[in-house]
Amino acid sequence: MPAAAPSAIAALRDRIVRIEQRGRPDSAVLPFGIGEMDRRLPGGGLALGALHEVAGGGGEATHGAAAALFAAGIAARTPGPVLWCLTRPDLFAPALAQAGLPPDRVIFLEAGDERSVLACTEEGLRHGGLGAVVAEVARLSMTASRRLQLAAERSRTLGLALRRWRRPAEAAEFGQPTASMTRWRISVLPSAPLLVPGVGRHRWLVELIRCRAGESADFEMEACDAAGRLAVPADLADRPGAQGRSRLAS
Amino acid sequence: MRRVVSLFLPTWPTDRARKADPALPPDVPLVLAGRDGNRRVVLAADHAARAVGLRAGMPVSLAQVMVPDLTLRDANLGGDRQGLERLALWLHRRYAPVTAADPPDGVVLDTTGADHLHGGEAAMLVDMTNRLTRAGFTAKAAIADSWGQAHALARFGTEPVTIAPPGSGPKIVADLPLPALRLPDVTVEGLHALGLRRIGDLLARPRAPLVRRFGQDLARRLDQVLAQADEPIAPIRPNDPLTTERLFAEPIGAAETIARAIGLLVQALCPLLAQRGVGARRLDLVCHRVDRRPQAARVGTGLPVRSARHLERLLCERILTLDPGFGIERMTLTATVTEPLPARQLANALTEDAPPAIADLVDILANRVGDGRLYRAAPITGDVPERVVGRVAPLAPASAASWPVGWPRPPRLLAPPEPVETLALLPDHPPVWFAWRGIRHRIRAADGPERVFGEWWYTADEHASVRDYFRVETEAGERFWLFRAGDGADTATGSQLWFLHGLFG
Repeated sequence: MPAAAPSAIAALRDRIVRIEQRGRPDSAVLPFGIGEMDRRLPGGGLALGALHEVAGGGGEATHGAAAALFAAGIAARTPGPVLWCLTRPDLFAPALAQAGLPPDRVIFLEAGDERSVLACTEEGLRHGGLGAVVAEVARLSMTASRRLQLAAERSRTLGLALRRWRRPAEAAEFGQPTASMTRWRISVLPSAPLLVPGVGRHRWLVELIRCRAGESADFEMEACDAAGRLAVPADLADRPGAQGRSRLAS
Repeated sequence: MRRVVSLFLPTWPTDRARKADPALPPDVPLVLAGRDGNRRVVLAADHAARAVGLRAGMPVSLAQVMVPDLTLRDANLGGDRQGLERLALWLHRRYAPVTAADPPDGVVLDTTGADHLHGGEAAMLVDMTNRLTRAGFTAKAAIADSWGQAHALARFGTEPVTIAPPGSGPKIVADLPLPALRLPDVTVEGLHALGLRRIGDLLARPRAPLVRRFGQDLARRLDQVLAQADEPIAPIRPNDPLTTERLFAEPIGAAETIARAIGLLVQALCPLLAQRGVGARRLDLVCHRVDRRPQAARVGTGLPVRSARHLERLLCERILTLDPGFGIERMTLTATVTEPLPARQLANALTEDAPPAIADLVDILANRVGDGRLYRAAPITGDVPERVVGRVAPLAPASAASWPVGWPRPPRLLAPPEPVETLALLPDHPPVWFAWRGIRHRIRAADGPERVFGEWWYTADEHASVRDYFRVETEAGERFWLFRAGDGADTATGSQLWFLHGLFG
């Protein structure tokens, strides 16, 4: 292979990135603070000013408890207030406070239907004064996600679509394409083993299913701490060749 | 579509008398007397008096014979009328831009375009009647497409709150008696003499002979009760309104033109607000159409606002709800509720970061989904999990309070807790397995119990009750929050049944 090829590819990549970022002043990111995860994401973290989708895996598809905490952990690390739009008011605020989102920072919006959840989310994303906007929705069409993505790009607010379905069978919809930047699936794993009987720190299987301009990957992580940060499980961190299992983007 | 609320206060004079004189015993019949020519007659009777057969219009001497030691007060007709006007003014500030007293015993409100601030029509009516009941006034309310229909349903409907769906036809009024039509007593007696008792009887007959015999009034009232004829409401006007008005040479109708007119109205209103040092909390936009049907839109704000851009944006959001019909010839913008808004120093952008201003966003969203639907959670001191989260307004000052940390709490809370089948060792072991919604989970690890005592200061039943909470993890790795009602030994503390209360991530 000629030596010039890698630089040519790099230049091409650079150009593509510039085309994709047209109209955006810069591409600020919110790193997870975990090298292994941040390396997989273009720019070294979750892009601010973009829409990201989160869903629960397996039985979690209907209630999305882990997905809600994952989203809360991300929102907690953004500056400014957070707007949380939902239709089913079963979110328990003390749990959000334990994931780093104190009650003073979260404004809940209880909409009557999903259409108004999407409309209010777009309004919140467009405003620019919020740190993050979380929308609990089941259906997210290409058009709706494109609108949210454009609103987020303009104001550089982080948008999180928390996908949550009424029935587990409907979760197959998660395969449909949307305009979001990344797509995550959070499933529960048995907690960290303790020397005494009891439940240790919660563990999740965090799957990056889709990532624009990046490859998909999955990670085994410890759940959000009081500041909304994930952690690499201690027994995996020092394992030889602990690089996260990755696969090609589908 | 126009929506009119009629509020009926069946015992307004006596309720007022009781409020003026709290020493009156509550369950003793009370009547108000006045003069009718040379006779002293009963003018108003409260519920207790009606229950023993006293009626308005009967001579006082007869009433005193029927009830010895009758509590009697002098009627104050002028005072009642003024009180009704004051009530209409309060309702105007609180609920609707177009409001008028409907003497002798009611208030009428045109709530078109205003109910969204109270969470819909049903919630608004319930709130209205509850507030009046708490203040000591019996109230019934109905909402319908016309004043006549709402008036009839409020007075002759069986429910305290009646909602006639938009476009409901003759069916909803067919069963009401004839006095619901607001006709003179002579006409009603004449109709009774013909054997007609209900509005449905009238509707079933050809109209022309009835009109020949009883006059045009009957046809008009019938059309009004069917919401086929319109009836103007002469709205009450506050003494000292902050109002701007625009008249148009040609009636306007296009959304862009209305938006431009709103912009001009707001720009004229803001200097008036600034002059008085106040900000608007509630704005009423009333569009007077060429066919004399006012179209109103009301917006509310969370904090007092004087910024023209902010107010214009809020009002323009509501253009879609306005129906210009054949055109709007006059628009008025009134700041119905205002609050002091003193000048304050802005944060210096060079030296400090201003906190992000989200008041405008909150107002836009609150006007879309309703005031009560937008909230922040606030901690309430307590142990029972479903009671520890309160709601405060989204722009309430930050309290920095939070829930005590320590025990993990689940992000999803089931309300109410769902019963599960379990197998558990008593008194204080976690279950070995449990079945929820038809699926059996084997438990691998558990934390607990966390004992929560009943809060006896809410209900006496909770005096002895106890719950033992466990955080359990199943073999598949799913984590649940279970509790047992009771301490596992004493049946006085609970039923000893198991419930699932939350889902951990």
